[in-house]
Amino acid sequence: MRRVALLALLAHWRRRPGQLATLLIGIALATALWSAVQAINVEARSSYDRAATVLGTDRFKTLTDPSGPITLETFISLRRAGWLVSPVLQDRFVSGDTRLQIVGLEMLTAPAGSLPVTPAGGEDVNPLDMISAPGLGFAAPETIAQLDSRNNLPPLQASDLVPPGQVVTDIGTAERLLDRQGEISFLMVLPEQPLTQTALSDVAPDLILKSAEQQADLARLTNSFHLNLTAFGMLSFVVGLFIVHGAIGLAFEQRRGTFRTLRALGLPARDLMLLLVIELLVLAMLAGAIGIAIGYAIAGALLPDVASTLDGLYGARVPGVLSFSPAWALAALAFAILGALVAAGQGLWRVQSMPLLASAQSRAWATVSAVSLRRQAMAGAMLIAAGIASSWLFNGLLAGFALLAGLLLGAALLLPTALATVLAIGASSSQNAESQWFWADTRQQLPGLSLALMALLLALAANIGVSTMVGSFRLTFTGWLDQRLASELYLTVSNAAESERLETWLQGRAEAALPIISVDSELEGAAGKVYGVVDHETYREQWPILSARQGVWDDIAAGNSALINEQLAYREDLAVGDPVNLAPGWTLPIAGIYSDYGNPKGQAMVSLDLLESRYPDRPRLNFGLRTDEPDALATALRAEFGPDAVRIVDQATIKRFSLRVFERTFTVTAALNVLTLSVAGFAMLTALLTLAGLRLPQLAPVWALGMTRKRLVRLEVIRSLALAALTFVFAVPVGLALAWSLLAVVNVEAFGWRLPMHVFPTQWLVLLLLALAAALVAAILPARHLARTGPANFLKVFADER
Amino acid sequence: MNANMLPGLALLLAFSSTVHAQGFAGLGTEAEGFAIPIPDYEFEFPQDHGAHPPYRIEWWYLTANLTGDDGRDYGIQWTLFRSALAPEEGEGWQSPQLWMGHAGLTTPDDHFHAERLARGGIGQAGVSIQPFAAFIDDWSLKSVGPADDAFDNLSVTATGSNFGYSLSLKATGPLVLQGDQGYSVKSAAGQASYYYSLPFLEVTGTLTLPDGEVSVTGQAWLDREWSSQPLSETQTGWDWVSLHFDTGEKLMGFRLRDRQAEHFTSATWIQSDGTPFPLSDGKLTLTPLMETKVKGRSVPTSWRVEVPEKSIDVQISAVNPQSWMPVSFPYWEGPVKIEGSHGGRGYLEMTGYPIE
Repeated sequence: MRRVALLALLAHWRRRPGQLATLLIGIALATALWSAVQAINVEARSSYDRAATVLGTDRFKTLTDPSGPITLETFISLRRAGWLVSPVLQDRFVSGDTRLQIVGLEMLTAPAGSLPVTPAGGEDVNPLDMISAPGLGFAAPETIAQLDSRNNLPPLQASDLVPPGQVVTDIGTAERLLDRQGEISFLMVLPEQPLTQTALSDVAPDLILKSAEQQADLARLTNSFHLNLTAFGMLSFVVGLFIVHGAIGLAFEQRRGTFRTLRALGLPARDLMLLLVIELLVLAMLAGAIGIAIGYAIAGALLPDVASTLDGLYGARVPGVLSFSPAWALAALAFAILGALVAAGQGLWRVQSMPLLASAQSRAWATVSAVSLRRQAMAGAMLIAAGIASSWLFNGLLAGFALLAGLLLGAALLLPTALATVLAIGASSSQNAESQWFWADTRQQLPGLSLALMALLLALAANIGVSTMVGSFRLTFTGWLDQRLASELYLTVSNAAESERLETWLQGRAEAALPIISVDSELEGAAGKVYGVVDHETYREQWPILSARQGVWDDIAAGNSALINEQLAYREDLAVGDPVNLAPGWTLPIAGIYSDYGNPKGQAMVSLDLLESRYPDRPRLNFGLRTDEPDALATALRAEFGPDAVRIVDQATIKRFSLRVFERTFTVTAALNVLTLSVAGFAMLTALLTLAGLRLPQLAPVWALGMTRKRLVRLEVIRSLALAALTFVFAVPVGLALAWSLLAVVNVEAFGWRLPMHVFPTQWLVLLLLALAAALVAAILPARHLARTGPANFLKVFADER
Repeated sequence: MNANMLPGLALLLAFSSTVHAQGFAGLGTEAEGFAIPIPDYEFEFPQDHGAHPPYRIEWWYLTANLTGDDGRDYGIQWTLFRSALAPEEGEGWQSPQLWMGHAGLTTPDDHFHAERLARGGIGQAGVSIQPFAAFIDDWSLKSVGPADDAFDNLSVTATGSNFGYSLSLKATGPLVLQGDQGYSVKSAAGQASYYYSLPFLEVTGTLTLPDGEVSVTGQAWLDREWSSQPLSETQTGWDWVSLHFDTGEKLMGFRLRDRQAEHFTSATWIQSDGTPFPLSDGKLTLTPLMETKVKGRSVPTSWRVEVPEKSIDVQISAVNPQSWMPVSFPYWEGPVKIEGSHGGRGYLEMTGYPIE
């Protein structure tokens, strides 16, 4: 009996392969985007973990010198004073097309667990090869595979414990590769120290001891980025579920006759439910598997962009190649099944509660009563209120996203009511019978289309919100770059002697040579940088100050105040006039706050004289040059100093580079945006397609009254376009609200800066056209079907009247 | 003979899963390119107090039997090992010379230890000759007296996470060449090392224990040895003693255990004026009397020591049978009491006992 029943149920799909495809595609798409985002997140997080493990930054305290590298002598002094510390030298390494991070460890003193031990069964390593030239390096297998042969790297061994893009080697080899003899980037402090040791302030007073927690900030920094991706994944999952809900609901409606017959033949309701659930599970697993495959492909395609974004924004190295994790696939499959069950919940509930002898007539969806519409609208309003409340009540990025989710979902739930209201107004203002029928018929279709329209609203609002955010950011960012990069040329010299020669040479040749020096410091207890600047009109006129007290530059020049960046001000809740701690034992009042986009860390500016008096040994290696003839000056500089001694970058190059980093940052966002919109378009298409088949009984009387098929088709298309346009109209304010919360809430939480909002009506126009195009495409297929429906079929409606 | 290991193997351990060690700590490996000890070597001091980079292994090895002002027995060990990956010295990180320090402090019911590792060529560890100083990190064994005799007055200090000591050493007798004028044979096949000792050292100083500081006095023994391949391939480990008899006489003796042949023994009887009598293979008998379970191994912590030629027939037993040094290459090292034909105290070292 059950077998026969199952066959009867499955026969439905054989007769309607299109519907089966819709269902499968819906689940697959929902799973695909969600699992793609998860795959990217998992990959990135695992490489952060590897980076932290190899260097032990998650477990060990470190000693750093805020003013630069630590000398070998300091390391030896510390060891001889009883400090069990191990040196690490790390830096970027460029050779040919190879860009890597070299991490040099000292193998004998490094704490246990910080070394890249080769996996069991690996080759033996001769310790002599390790420490003598050319040395030996360890790298992830994918890193080794990507390297070309034109590099000066030592022989490399594969180790899964080394994060991608990194080569771990002996500190002596690293010193040679990086050409940084006798330099140490930081010292790892071993957890177990001897009973007695000389105080740090007596041995190496310049060094700063950092706790392990302060180190593990890569995960913290990148958290917002991943949350962003997750939000997008979630959004597309929800949109995908709308499709699934529609397809399953329709399939259940159409099989009401089959259900009744099966029940009448003696199949218990419980068995019927069981069969339907099994059918759903099989379909969900099949579609989920397809979705995972698509998701893997999407993740693989997006990962290089994500990797370069993370590298550009946070300096976090993530492999450009995706690895496959069974745990991820299983989780995605479970998500697909769960999603399908949720989407089918309503349909299953109806089957369960269907009276045995209920009319088997299929309806184009139960007409949604005014009461349920009102309930839905209430729920929507409450969601919006809850979202707003959460951003008031709670802090943090999650509250920001709660606001976004509340706004989006609430607006989606309000949409049917809003559309119904507009259509009612349209109906009441229409003059003739035809237009009255048009409005009424549109309202009648609304329940069936509302889910697809809600999906469209979500996609459109998200699109408007995100593109407004990105656009505002781009506009602000380019303006900020113009202010920030005021100097025409930027120079870097290799040592203090060159620096002095340069300053002398530049006198009279450049309008001004502005030294740029910085020290790494603990700003209010967290890692950041303090810059020293000279008093010059370049800063007075150009620097992107957000808020400042009167005479800010005079105060800075006098050395009694500091400027801080916006990030630091938000993070520590600082305002102009408050004291800011720039280093242990160094506090200055804040004279102003400036914008500093693209930098995740805190930053401060003081007068150059003040910084140099506190850190007397810092050579002036970087300069900004003001000149009217940058090209001529650059040529003269190269001729005078040689291309190796002075590195010259012109303003335009830096700007180009910065903008490229910026654009890459949002490549992923843009790609996900387009994908979400496509999913929504598809939802609309499936909804219209399924409705079309059921609409014949409603169109037949109108046709019988004398309206031509051509006219009917035109009205159908107009209706579809009108609904899409109306949805778009609602999407605009929702999108703007979304953009506002992205700019004013999420950005502040995620990055520490608040951006002014700009609107881009031309982008909306493009989006409107896109939405209309989607609606047109979605309407044309069923319309063509209608146009080809023979008069006999229209007549059959009356003959078959039940 | 003292515990000798290759810190280079610590590197090897860190980087590979398979360690093909022959003999204890890989000491039975080939002496490629390294200098080999030869008989009739003329020692030159103070130069020979310093390091010999052409040789693979070398150590400055101090043990001391101490009595605290609390009346209890204590023992300390201070060792600096040098291990060369190549027979040369180099500057900076590329130096193939590696250094390892071991410190031990034994009480009747506790044993403390610490280990330090360092690269040569950067100044973290090494040995200077004028004035003499052997050091690794904050640990040192150094001359504090007038410059003419490096080993007359020494100080030694080491600190671990839960113990420390700081002692003054004063030489009351001469330097003693072990074996044949300092050429110490280690096997019937002819493996040998250069080996001399300073067995007459008076000690005063302070131990730092978890319960507080203890003032101590006692006797110390300093060994100097360097070589390139001291063990033959079939030798698996050794048992070594340095004994201070109440009569003022001293005995150094060791037994090299062989998995194929008879155990090889060697000893030096030292008169109270410092005159050495080398005792060749077979003249010393070391017989285990009692085994103790130490970290999963059965280790003989009580021995019968016989030298019939010198009418020695004594029983030595560990002050603390759990004197285990769980370092990169673990071994047993601790103070012993002497009873029998002679009374006194000394140090016992045992290597190469496998986990059961």
